Amino acid sequence: MKWIGAALIASALLLPPFFAGDFYVNLASQILIAGIFSLSLNLLVGFGGMTSLGHASYLGVAAYISALLTARYGFGHGAAAFISVTGTVAMAAFFGVIALRASGLGFLMITLALSQVLWGLAYRMSNVTNGDNGVTGLTRPSPFGISLDRPAAFYWFTLIVAIVAFLMMAIFVSSAFGSSLKGVRDQPRRMAALGFNPWLVRWITFVYAGFWAAISGLLYVYYHKYIHPTSLSTTSSAEALLGVIAGGAGTLGGPAVGAALVLLLKNYVSAYIERWNMLLGLVFLFIVLFMPAGIVPGFSKLIAAVRGERR
Amino acid sequence: MTDAVEYALEVVNLRKAFGGLTVTQDVSLKVRTGERRLIIGPNGAGKTTLFNQISGDLRPNSGLIRLFGAEITYLPPYQRAHCGISRTYQIITLFAGDTLEHNVSLGLLGLRPSRWQMWRPISFYPDMRSEARRALDAVGLLHLAEHPISDIAYGERRRVELAVALAQKPRLLLLDEPLAGLSNAERSTVKSLIGSISRDTTVIMIEHDMDTALDLAETVTLLNYGRVIVDGPRDVVIADERTREVYLGG
Repeated sequence: MKWIGAALIASALLLPPFFAGDFYVNLASQILIAGIFSLSLNLLVGFGGMTSLGHASYLGVAAYISALLTARYGFGHGAAAFISVTGTVAMAAFFGVIALRASGLGFLMITLALSQVLWGLAYRMSNVTNGDNGVTGLTRPSPFGISLDRPAAFYWFTLIVAIVAFLMMAIFVSSAFGSSLKGVRDQPRRMAALGFNPWLVRWITFVYAGFWAAISGLLYVYYHKYIHPTSLSTTSSAEALLGVIAGGAGTLGGPAVGAALVLLLKNYVSAYIERWNMLLGLVFLFIVLFMPAGIVPGFSKLIAAVRGERR
Repeated sequence: MTDAVEYALEVVNLRKAFGGLTVTQDVSLKVRTGERRLIIGPNGAGKTTLFNQISGDLRPNSGLIRLFGAEITYLPPYQRAHCGISRTYQIITLFAGDTLEHNVSLGLLGLRPSRWQMWRPISFYPDMRSEARRALDAVGLLHLAEHPISDIAYGERRRVELAVALAQKPRLLLLDEPLAGLSNAERSTVKSLIGSISRDTTVIMIEHDMDTALDLAETVTLLNYGRVIVDGPRDVVIADERTREVYLGG
Protein backbone atom coordinates (compact mmCIF):
# COMPACT_ATOMS: atom_id res chain seq x y z
CA MET A 1 0.00 0.00 0.00
CA LYS A 2 2.81 2.36 0.96
CA TRP A 3 4.69 1.42 -2.21
CA ILE A 4 1.69 2.11 -4.38
CA GLY A 5 1.40 5.56 -2.84
CA ALA A 6 5.09 6.26 -3.32
CA ALA A 7 4.95 5.07 -6.93
CA LEU A 8 1.92 7.28 -7.62
CA ILE A 9 3.65 10.34 -6.18
CA ALA A 10 6.87 9.58 -8.05
CA SER A 11 5.09 9.17 -11.37
CA ALA A 12 3.04 12.31 -10.78
CA LEU A 13 6.30 14.19 -10.27
CA LEU A 14 8.37 12.56 -13.02
CA LEU A 15 5.94 12.05 -15.88
CA PRO A 16 4.52 15.51 -16.72
CA PRO A 17 7.41 16.67 -18.96
CA PHE A 18 7.15 13.51 -21.07
CA PHE A 19 3.45 13.43 -21.73
CA ALA A 20 1.85 16.73 -20.86
CA GLY A 21 1.74 19.86 -22.96
CA ASP A 22 3.64 23.01 -22.02
CA PHE A 23 0.63 24.47 -20.24
CA TYR A 24 0.47 21.56 -17.82
CA VAL A 25 4.23 21.38 -17.34
CA ASN A 26 4.21 25.05 -16.42
CA LEU A 27 1.29 24.48 -14.09
CA ALA A 28 3.24 21.66 -12.45
CA SER A 29 6.25 23.96 -11.98
CA GLN A 30 4.04 26.55 -10.33
CA ILE A 31 2.57 23.91 -8.03
CA LEU A 32 6.07 22.88 -6.96
CA ILE A 33 7.03 26.48 -6.24
CA ALA A 34 3.85 27.07 -4.24
CA GLY A 35 4.52 23.75 -2.52
CA ILE A 36 7.96 24.85 -1.28
CA PHE A 37 6.44 28.11 -0.10
CA SER A 38 3.62 26.34 1.76
CA LEU A 39 6.02 23.89 3.36
CA SER A 40 8.08 26.78 4.71
CA LEU A 41 4.95 28.43 6.09
CA ASN A 42 3.97 25.10 7.61
CA LEU A 43 7.15 25.13 9.69
CA LEU A 44 5.69 28.14 11.45
CA VAL A 45 1.98 27.32 11.44
CA GLY A 46 1.95 23.55 11.76
CA PHE A 47 5.10 22.72 13.67
CA GLY A 48 5.69 25.94 15.55
CA GLY A 49 2.13 27.05 16.35
CA MET A 50 2.95 30.49 14.94
CA THR A 51 0.17 31.51 12.57
CA SER A 52 1.68 34.07 10.24
CA LEU A 53 -0.33 36.22 7.86
CA GLY A 54 2.73 37.83 6.35
CA HIS A 55 4.76 35.00 4.94
CA ALA A 56 4.54 36.34 1.37
CA SER A 57 6.97 39.05 2.50
CA TYR A 58 9.88 36.66 2.24
CA LEU A 59 8.86 35.27 -1.12
CA GLY A 60 8.23 38.76 -2.47
CA VAL A 61 11.33 40.44 -1.10
CA ALA A 62 13.62 37.67 -2.36
CA ALA A 63 11.96 37.93 -5.77
CA TYR A 64 12.25 41.71 -5.85
CA ILE A 65 15.90 41.75 -4.81
CA SER A 66 16.82 39.22 -7.46
CA ALA A 67 14.74 41.01 -10.10
CA LEU A 68 16.18 44.45 -9.37
CA LEU A 69 19.77 43.27 -9.11
CA THR A 70 19.70 41.37 -12.40
CA ALA A 71 17.51 43.73 -14.44
CA ARG A 72 18.70 47.09 -13.18
CA TYR A 73 22.14 46.71 -11.71
CA GLY A 74 23.57 44.13 -14.07
CA PHE A 75 24.33 41.46 -11.48
CA GLY A 76 24.76 37.87 -12.58
CA HIS A 77 22.11 35.37 -11.47
CA GLY A 78 24.42 33.61 -9.04
CA ALA A 79 25.45 36.74 -7.16
CA ALA A 80 21.90 38.10 -7.27
CA ALA A 81 20.49 34.86 -5.85
CA PHE A 82 23.06 34.84 -3.06
CA ILE A 83 22.43 38.47 -2.09
CA SER A 84 18.68 37.98 -2.37
CA VAL A 85 18.57 34.95 -0.09
CA THR A 86 21.03 36.43 2.41
CA GLY A 87 19.13 39.71 2.50
CA THR A 88 15.78 37.98 2.93
CA VAL A 89 17.10 35.79 5.72
CA ALA A 90 18.50 38.86 7.46
CA MET A 91 15.08 40.48 7.14
CA ALA A 92 13.41 37.38 8.59
CA ALA A 93 15.86 37.52 11.50
CA PHE A 94 14.92 41.15 12.16
CA PHE A 95 11.16 40.69 11.64
CA GLY A 96 11.30 37.61 13.85
CA VAL A 97 12.63 39.66 16.74
CA ILE A 98 9.70 42.07 16.35
CA ALA A 99 6.93 39.53 15.71
CA LEU A 100 7.99 37.03 18.37
CA ARG A 101 7.46 39.56 21.09
CA ALA A 102 3.88 38.33 20.80
CA SER A 103 2.20 35.00 20.24
CA GLY A 104 -1.18 33.91 18.90
CA LEU A 105 -3.29 36.75 17.52
CA GLY A 106 -0.68 39.36 18.41
CA PHE A 107 1.91 37.49 16.37
CA LEU A 108 -0.52 37.22 13.46
CA MET A 109 -1.26 40.95 13.53
CA ILE A 110 2.42 41.93 13.65
CA THR A 111 3.31 39.68 10.71
CA LEU A 112 0.34 41.13 8.83
CA ALA A 113 1.40 44.69 9.61
CA LEU A 114 5.01 44.12 8.59
CA SER A 115 3.97 42.55 5.30
CA GLN A 116 1.61 45.46 4.63
CA VAL A 117 4.52 47.86 5.10
CA LEU A 118 6.54 46.00 2.46
CA TRP A 119 3.59 45.78 0.11
CA GLY A 120 3.03 49.53 0.50
CA LEU A 121 6.70 50.21 -0.18
CA ALA A 122 6.65 48.08 -3.32
CA TYR A 123 3.66 50.05 -4.57
CA ARG A 124 4.76 53.53 -3.60
CA MET A 125 8.52 53.49 -3.93
CA SER A 126 8.08 53.42 -7.68
CA ASN A 127 11.49 54.93 -8.45
CA VAL A 128 13.01 51.70 -7.12
CA THR A 129 10.34 49.05 -7.61
CA ASN A 130 8.57 50.50 -10.64
CA GLY A 131 5.38 50.51 -8.56
CA ASP A 132 2.23 49.08 -10.06
CA ASN A 133 3.96 48.33 -13.34
CA GLY A 134 6.17 45.75 -11.69
CA VAL A 135 9.66 44.81 -12.79
CA THR A 136 9.76 43.40 -16.32
CA GLY A 137 12.32 42.12 -18.75
CA LEU A 138 13.76 39.50 -16.45
CA THR A 139 15.59 36.35 -17.48
CA ARG A 140 15.97 32.86 -16.12
CA PRO A 141 19.37 31.69 -14.96
CA SER A 142 21.35 29.03 -16.84
CA PRO A 143 22.91 26.82 -14.20
CA PHE A 144 25.95 24.93 -15.63
CA GLY A 145 25.14 26.45 -19.01
CA ILE A 146 21.76 24.73 -19.26
CA SER A 147 19.05 27.12 -20.37
CA LEU A 148 15.87 26.98 -18.29
CA ASP A 149 13.72 28.75 -20.84
CA ARG A 150 11.96 25.62 -22.03
CA PRO A 151 9.10 24.59 -19.70
CA ALA A 152 10.45 21.05 -19.28
CA ALA A 153 13.95 22.24 -18.35
CA PHE A 154 12.54 24.65 -15.84
CA TYR A 155 10.32 21.93 -14.43
CA TRP A 156 13.31 19.62 -13.82
CA PHE A 157 15.22 22.42 -12.17
CA THR A 158 12.27 23.26 -9.92
CA LEU A 159 11.68 19.60 -9.13
CA ILE A 160 15.27 19.16 -7.92
CA VAL A 161 15.03 22.25 -5.71
CA ALA A 162 11.63 21.11 -4.42
CA ILE A 163 12.91 17.64 -3.50
CA VAL A 164 15.91 19.12 -1.68
CA ALA A 165 13.62 21.59 0.09
CA PHE A 166 11.18 18.87 1.12
CA LEU A 167 13.95 16.63 2.45
CA MET A 168 15.65 19.45 4.31
CA MET A 169 12.41 20.54 5.98
CA ALA A 170 11.44 16.94 6.74
CA ILE A 171 14.80 16.38 8.43
CA PHE A 172 14.44 19.67 10.30
CA VAL A 173 11.09 18.80 11.86
CA SER A 174 12.04 15.26 12.80
CA SER A 175 15.40 16.26 14.29
CA ALA A 176 16.08 16.83 17.96
CA PHE A 177 15.49 20.52 17.32
CA GLY A 178 12.19 19.66 15.63
CA SER A 179 11.15 17.79 18.76
CA SER A 180 11.82 20.85 20.86
CA LEU A 181 9.91 22.97 18.34
CA LYS A 182 6.82 20.77 18.64
CA GLY A 183 7.24 20.76 22.41
CA VAL A 184 7.37 24.54 22.50
CA ARG A 185 4.27 24.67 20.31
CA ASP A 186 2.26 22.49 22.70
CA GLN A 187 3.63 23.37 26.14
CA PRO A 188 5.99 26.33 26.15
CA ARG A 189 6.04 26.60 29.96
CA ARG A 190 6.94 23.00 30.51
CA MET A 191 9.63 23.16 27.80
CA ALA A 192 11.17 26.19 29.50
CA ALA A 193 11.18 24.34 32.80
CA LEU A 194 12.97 21.46 31.09
CA GLY A 195 15.78 23.73 29.92
CA PHE A 196 14.67 24.79 26.43
CA ASN A 197 14.66 28.44 25.43
CA PRO A 198 11.23 28.78 23.78
CA TRP A 199 11.91 32.18 22.26
CA LEU A 200 15.13 31.10 20.58
CA VAL A 201 13.56 27.88 19.30
CA ARG A 202 10.78 29.92 17.68
CA TRP A 203 13.12 32.53 16.30
CA ILE A 204 15.45 30.01 14.65
CA THR A 205 12.42 28.34 13.05
CA PHE A 206 11.14 31.72 11.88
CA VAL A 207 14.45 32.46 10.18
CA TYR A 208 14.66 28.98 8.65
CA ALA A 209 11.13 29.34 7.27
CA GLY A 210 12.20 32.71 5.86
CA PHE A 211 15.09 31.00 4.10
CA TRP A 212 12.89 28.49 2.26
CA ALA A 213 10.33 31.18 1.44
CA ALA A 214 13.21 33.13 -0.12
CA ILE A 215 14.17 30.09 -2.20
CA SER A 216 10.59 29.75 -3.42
CA GLY A 217 10.65 33.50 -4.16
CA LEU A 218 13.64 33.05 -6.43
CA LEU A 219 11.93 30.22 -8.31
CA TYR A 220 8.79 32.34 -8.48
CA VAL A 221 10.56 35.25 -10.14
CA TYR A 222 12.52 32.93 -12.47
CA TYR A 223 9.30 31.30 -13.55
CA HIS A 224 7.27 34.45 -14.16
CA LYS A 225 10.17 36.60 -15.35
CA TYR A 226 8.14 39.41 -13.84
CA ILE A 227 7.38 40.64 -10.36
CA HIS A 228 4.50 42.79 -9.16
CA PRO A 229 3.55 44.14 -5.68
CA THR A 230 0.65 41.64 -5.45
CA SER A 231 3.23 38.93 -4.71
CA LEU A 232 3.78 40.75 -1.39
CA SER A 233 0.10 41.25 -0.66
CA THR A 234 -1.92 39.83 2.22
CA THR A 235 -3.90 37.86 -0.36
CA SER A 236 -0.76 35.93 -1.29
CA SER A 237 0.02 35.22 2.37
CA ALA A 238 -3.59 34.22 3.04
CA GLU A 239 -3.73 31.88 0.03
CA ALA A 240 -0.66 30.06 1.26
CA LEU A 241 -2.10 29.87 4.74
CA LEU A 242 -5.35 28.44 3.33
CA GLY A 243 -3.31 25.86 1.45
CA VAL A 244 -1.45 24.84 4.61
CA ILE A 245 -4.62 24.53 6.67
CA ALA A 246 -6.60 22.79 3.92
CA GLY A 247 -3.83 20.31 3.22
CA GLY A 248 -3.13 19.61 6.87
CA ALA A 249 -1.01 21.85 9.08
CA GLY A 250 1.73 20.05 10.95
CA THR A 251 1.95 17.20 8.42
CA LEU A 252 4.77 16.92 5.93
CA GLY A 253 2.82 16.35 2.74
CA GLY A 254 -0.33 18.26 3.58
CA PRO A 255 0.78 21.80 2.74
CA ALA A 256 2.06 20.70 -0.68
CA VAL A 257 -1.31 19.10 -1.44
CA GLY A 258 -3.10 22.21 -0.21
CA ALA A 259 -0.89 24.46 -2.32
CA ALA A 260 -1.60 22.29 -5.36
CA LEU A 261 -5.32 22.55 -4.70
CA VAL A 262 -5.30 26.34 -4.44
CA LEU A 263 -3.16 26.68 -7.54
CA LEU A 264 -5.27 24.31 -9.61
CA LEU A 265 -8.43 26.14 -8.65
CA LYS A 266 -6.82 29.48 -9.36
CA ASN A 267 -5.07 28.71 -12.65
CA TYR A 268 -6.94 25.79 -14.16
CA VAL A 269 -10.51 25.76 -12.99
CA SER A 270 -10.72 29.51 -13.36
CA ALA A 271 -10.50 29.01 -17.13
CA TYR A 272 -13.83 27.16 -17.05
CA ILE A 273 -15.65 28.73 -14.15
CA GLU A 274 -15.70 32.46 -13.95
CA ARG A 275 -16.54 32.52 -10.25
CA TRP A 276 -13.67 30.29 -9.24
CA ASN A 277 -13.35 32.18 -5.98
CA MET A 278 -16.77 30.89 -5.00
CA LEU A 279 -15.69 27.36 -5.80
CA LEU A 280 -12.55 27.86 -3.72
CA GLY A 281 -14.77 28.95 -0.85
CA LEU A 282 -17.02 25.91 -1.24
CA VAL A 283 -14.06 23.55 -1.36
CA PHE A 284 -12.68 25.03 1.83
CA LEU A 285 -16.05 24.86 3.47
CA PHE A 286 -16.21 21.19 2.58
CA ILE A 287 -12.73 20.56 3.97
CA VAL A 288 -13.39 22.43 7.19
CA LEU A 289 -16.67 20.58 7.73
CA PHE A 290 -15.60 17.07 6.81
CA MET A 291 -11.84 17.00 7.30
CA PRO A 292 -11.13 19.60 9.97
CA ALA A 293 -7.52 18.45 10.31
CA GLY A 294 -6.93 18.88 6.57
CA ILE A 295 -6.95 16.79 3.39
CA VAL A 296 -3.95 14.57 4.13
CA PRO A 297 -4.92 13.65 7.72
CA GLY A 298 -8.53 13.31 6.54
CA PHE A 299 -7.68 10.84 3.81
CA SER A 300 -5.27 8.84 5.96
CA LYS A 301 -8.05 8.49 8.50
CA LEU A 302 -10.46 7.43 5.76
CA ILE A 303 -8.00 4.85 4.39
CA ALA A 304 -7.32 3.52 7.87
CA ALA A 305 -11.07 3.17 8.47
CA VAL A 306 -11.61 1.34 5.18
CA ARG A 307 -8.73 -1.03 5.86
CA GLY A 308 -9.94 -1.63 9.38
CA GLU A 309 -13.36 -2.60 8.05
CA ARG A 310 -11.88 -5.04 5.60
CA ARG A 311 -10.05 -6.85 8.37
CA MET B 1 34.25 23.25 52.14
CA THR B 2 34.42 23.55 48.37
CA ASP B 3 31.69 21.16 47.29
CA ALA B 4 29.20 21.47 50.09
CA VAL B 5 27.19 24.64 49.96
CA GLU B 6 25.16 24.83 53.13
CA TYR B 7 21.90 25.96 51.59
CA ALA B 8 20.41 24.59 48.40
CA LEU B 9 17.81 27.31 48.36
CA GLU B 10 17.55 30.63 50.11
CA VAL B 11 14.52 32.82 49.69
CA VAL B 12 14.83 36.27 51.20
CA ASN B 13 11.90 38.64 51.79
CA LEU B 14 10.11 37.50 48.65
CA ARG B 15 7.04 39.49 47.68
CA LYS B 16 4.61 38.99 44.81
CA ALA B 17 1.31 40.76 44.18
CA PHE B 18 -1.28 40.36 41.45
CA GLY B 19 -2.87 43.81 41.35
CA GLY B 20 -4.05 44.49 44.87
CA LEU B 21 -3.80 40.88 45.97
CA THR B 22 -0.52 40.01 47.63
CA VAL B 23 0.05 36.29 47.21
CA THR B 24 3.58 36.10 48.57
CA GLN B 25 4.25 38.37 51.55
CA ASP B 26 7.74 38.72 52.82
CA VAL B 27 8.52 35.02 52.53
CA SER B 28 11.94 33.90 53.71
CA LEU B 29 13.09 30.29 53.61
CA LYS B 30 16.33 28.41 53.93
CA VAL B 31 16.53 24.84 52.68
CA ARG B 32 19.72 22.92 53.44
CA THR B 33 21.46 20.88 50.77
CA GLY B 34 19.97 17.40 50.73
CA GLU B 35 17.02 18.37 52.90
CA ARG B 36 13.46 17.11 52.43
CA ARG B 37 11.10 20.01 52.92
CA LEU B 38 7.33 19.89 52.92
CA ILE B 39 5.32 23.02 52.25
CA ILE B 40 1.79 22.93 53.56
CA GLY B 41 -1.04 25.38 53.82
CA PRO B 42 -4.70 25.73 52.94
CA ASN B 43 -5.89 26.37 49.39
CA GLY B 44 -4.83 29.79 48.18
CA ALA B 45 -2.00 30.04 50.69
CA GLY B 46 0.43 30.82 47.87
CA LYS B 47 2.30 27.52 47.75
CA THR B 48 2.28 27.05 43.99
CA THR B 49 2.91 30.78 43.47
CA LEU B 50 6.04 30.39 45.57
CA PHE B 51 7.09 27.40 43.46
CA ASN B 52 6.50 29.37 40.30
CA GLN B 53 8.83 32.08 41.53
CA ILE B 54 11.50 29.57 42.47
CA SER B 55 11.29 27.86 39.07
CA GLY B 56 11.10 31.17 37.23
CA ASP B 57 7.58 30.97 35.77
CA LEU B 58 6.74 34.10 37.76
CA ARG B 59 8.87 37.10 38.60
CA PRO B 60 8.68 38.35 42.16
CA ASN B 61 8.04 42.03 42.84
CA SER B 62 10.90 42.17 45.30
CA GLY B 63 13.15 39.92 47.31
CA LEU B 64 15.90 37.48 46.45
CA ILE B 65 16.18 33.82 45.49
CA ARG B 66 19.54 32.06 45.77
CA LEU B 67 20.32 28.61 44.46
CA PHE B 68 23.42 27.10 46.06
CA GLY B 69 24.59 30.56 46.91
CA ALA B 70 24.10 32.04 43.42
CA GLU B 71 21.37 34.58 42.87
CA ILE B 72 18.73 33.47 40.38
CA THR B 73 15.89 35.87 41.21
CA TYR B 74 15.42 37.13 37.66
CA LEU B 75 16.89 34.28 35.66
CA PRO B 76 14.54 32.85 32.98
CA PRO B 77 13.17 29.35 33.71
CA TYR B 78 15.29 27.54 31.12
CA GLN B 79 18.49 28.88 32.66
CA ARG B 80 17.38 27.75 36.09
CA ALA B 81 16.86 24.28 34.65
CA HIS B 82 20.50 24.36 33.60
CA CYS B 83 21.42 25.48 37.13
CA GLY B 84 19.87 22.27 38.45
CA ILE B 85 16.21 22.97 39.20
CA SER B 86 13.58 20.51 38.00
CA ARG B 87 9.92 20.62 38.81
CA THR B 88 6.69 18.75 38.37
CA TYR B 89 3.34 20.40 37.90
CA GLN B 90 0.15 20.15 39.88
CA ILE B 91 -1.73 19.84 36.62
CA ILE B 92 0.01 17.25 34.49
CA THR B 93 1.62 18.80 31.41
CA LEU B 94 3.04 15.86 29.51
CA PHE B 95 2.90 15.51 25.74
CA ALA B 96 -0.15 13.31 25.32
CA GLY B 97 0.51 12.20 21.73
CA ASP B 98 4.10 11.16 22.37
CA THR B 99 5.44 7.99 23.96
CA LEU B 100 6.58 7.79 27.55
CA GLU B 101 10.12 7.35 26.33
CA HIS B 102 9.88 10.48 24.18
CA ASN B 103 8.54 12.50 27.10
CA VAL B 104 11.45 11.50 29.32
CA SER B 105 13.90 12.01 26.45
CA LEU B 106 12.70 15.60 26.08
CA GLY B 107 13.69 16.18 29.68
CA LEU B 108 17.15 14.81 28.96
CA LEU B 109 17.44 16.73 25.71
CA GLY B 110 16.63 20.02 27.43
CA LEU B 111 19.90 19.95 29.33
CA ARG B 112 22.08 18.79 26.45
CA PRO B 113 23.71 20.80 23.68
CA SER B 114 22.21 18.38 21.16
CA ARG B 115 18.84 20.11 21.62
CA TRP B 116 20.02 22.57 18.94
CA GLN B 117 20.97 19.85 16.52
CA MET B 118 18.89 19.89 13.36
CA TRP B 119 19.51 16.73 11.40
CA ARG B 120 19.22 13.74 13.72
CA PRO B 121 16.04 12.62 15.51
CA ILE B 122 16.11 12.04 19.27
CA SER B 123 15.81 8.31 18.70
CA PHE B 124 19.29 8.34 17.10
CA TYR B 125 20.90 8.97 20.47
CA PRO B 126 21.29 5.52 22.00
CA ASP B 127 22.63 6.86 25.31
CA MET B 128 19.64 9.15 25.66
CA ARG B 129 17.28 6.28 24.92
CA SER B 130 18.84 4.01 27.47
CA GLU B 131 18.90 6.77 30.06
CA ALA B 132 15.24 7.52 29.43
CA ARG B 133 14.39 3.86 29.77
CA ARG B 134 16.36 3.66 33.01
CA ALA B 135 14.35 6.57 34.38
CA LEU B 136 11.11 4.85 33.37
CA ASP B 137 12.30 1.64 34.94
CA ALA B 138 12.94 3.49 38.19
CA VAL B 139 9.26 4.49 38.36
CA GLY B 140 8.18 1.01 37.28
CA LEU B 141 6.86 1.95 33.84
CA LEU B 142 9.46 0.49 31.51
CA HIS B 143 6.95 -1.95 30.06
CA LEU B 144 4.89 1.02 28.78
CA ALA B 145 7.84 2.95 27.32
CA GLU B 146 6.59 2.69 23.73
CA HIS B 147 3.02 3.68 24.52
CA PRO B 148 1.70 7.20 24.05
CA ILE B 149 0.84 9.12 27.21
CA SER B 150 -2.81 9.18 26.14
CA ASP B 151 -2.88 5.38 26.57
CA ILE B 152 -1.93 5.29 30.23
CA ALA B 153 -3.83 5.97 33.41
CA TYR B 154 -3.71 9.11 35.50
CA GLY B 155 -1.63 7.59 38.28
CA GLU B 156 0.89 6.35 35.75
CA ARG B 157 1.11 9.82 34.25
CA ARG B 158 2.04 11.18 37.66
CA ARG B 159 4.88 8.72 37.74
CA VAL B 160 6.02 9.70 34.24
CA GLU B 161 6.00 13.30 35.39
CA LEU B 162 8.29 12.26 38.21
CA ALA B 163 10.49 10.24 35.84
CA VAL B 164 10.96 13.27 33.57
CA ALA B 165 12.09 15.39 36.51
CA LEU B 166 14.34 12.71 38.02
CA ALA B 167 15.97 11.90 34.68
CA GLN B 168 17.34 15.43 34.70
CA LYS B 169 19.30 14.56 37.87
CA PRO B 170 18.35 17.85 39.47
CA ARG B 171 20.16 19.36 42.43
CA LEU B 172 16.87 20.88 43.56
CA LEU B 173 13.60 19.11 42.84
CA LEU B 174 10.27 20.88 43.26
CA LEU B 175 7.30 18.54 43.53
CA ASP B 176 3.88 20.17 43.29
CA GLU B 177 1.34 17.78 44.79
CA PRO B 178 2.89 14.56 43.49
CA LEU B 179 0.23 12.48 45.24
CA ALA B 180 -2.84 14.38 44.06
CA GLY B 181 -5.55 12.17 42.65
CA LEU B 182 -3.77 8.87 43.27
CA SER B 183 -5.26 5.71 44.69
CA ASN B 184 -3.93 4.31 47.95
CA ALA B 185 -1.79 1.73 46.20
CA GLU B 186 -0.36 4.34 43.86
CA ARG B 187 0.30 6.63 46.80
CA SER B 188 2.55 4.16 48.48
CA THR B 189 4.37 3.48 45.19
CA VAL B 190 5.04 7.17 44.61
CA LYS B 191 5.87 7.65 48.26
CA SER B 192 8.57 5.02 48.26
CA LEU B 193 9.78 6.45 44.96
CA ILE B 194 10.21 9.89 46.50
CA GLY B 195 11.74 8.29 49.55
CA SER B 196 14.39 6.65 47.41
CA ILE B 197 15.59 9.84 45.72
CA SER B 198 19.33 10.31 46.20
CA ARG B 199 20.54 12.72 48.86
CA ASP B 200 22.38 14.65 46.15
CA THR B 201 18.98 16.03 45.30
CA THR B 202 17.30 18.48 47.62
CA VAL B 203 13.54 17.97 47.57
CA ILE B 204 10.85 20.56 48.25
CA MET B 205 7.32 19.24 48.09
CA ILE B 206 3.87 20.74 48.23
CA GLU B 207 1.34 18.18 49.41
CA HIS B 208 -2.10 18.07 50.94
CA ASP B 209 -1.99 14.44 51.95
CA MET B 210 -0.36 14.99 55.34
CA ASP B 211 -0.43 11.34 56.38
CA THR B 212 1.78 10.29 53.51
CA ALA B 213 3.82 13.42 53.06
CA LEU B 214 4.83 13.95 56.66
CA ASP B 215 6.74 10.68 56.65
CA LEU B 216 8.87 11.96 53.80
CA ALA B 217 9.60 15.36 55.27
CA GLU B 218 12.31 16.39 57.69
CA THR B 219 11.24 19.99 57.86
CA VAL B 220 7.92 21.65 57.27
CA THR B 221 6.93 25.16 56.26
CA LEU B 222 3.38 26.29 56.87
CA LEU B 223 2.08 29.03 54.61
CA ASN B 224 -1.13 30.97 54.99
CA TYR B 225 -2.28 34.06 53.07
CA GLY B 226 1.14 34.19 51.44
CA ARG B 227 3.05 34.36 54.71
CA VAL B 228 5.27 31.86 56.46
CA ILE B 229 3.40 31.02 59.67
CA VAL B 230 5.61 28.30 61.11
CA ASP B 231 8.87 26.89 59.82
CA GLY B 232 11.10 24.23 61.28
CA PRO B 233 11.65 20.55 62.05
CA ARG B 234 8.65 18.37 61.33
CA ASP B 235 7.65 17.52 64.86
CA VAL B 236 8.01 21.09 66.06
CA VAL B 237 5.76 22.39 63.32
CA ILE B 238 3.15 19.70 63.85
CA ALA B 239 3.05 20.36 67.56
CA ASP B 240 2.77 24.10 67.06
CA GLU B 241 -0.49 25.69 68.12
CA ARG B 242 -0.65 27.80 64.95
CA THR B 243 -0.44 24.75 62.67
CA ARG B 244 -3.42 23.29 64.39
CA GLU B 245 -5.26 26.55 64.02
CA VAL B 246 -4.51 27.16 60.34
CA TYR B 247 -4.23 23.80 58.77
CA LEU B 248 -5.53 21.00 60.84
CA GLY B 249 -8.66 23.00 61.51
CA GLY B 250 -8.40 22.27 65.21
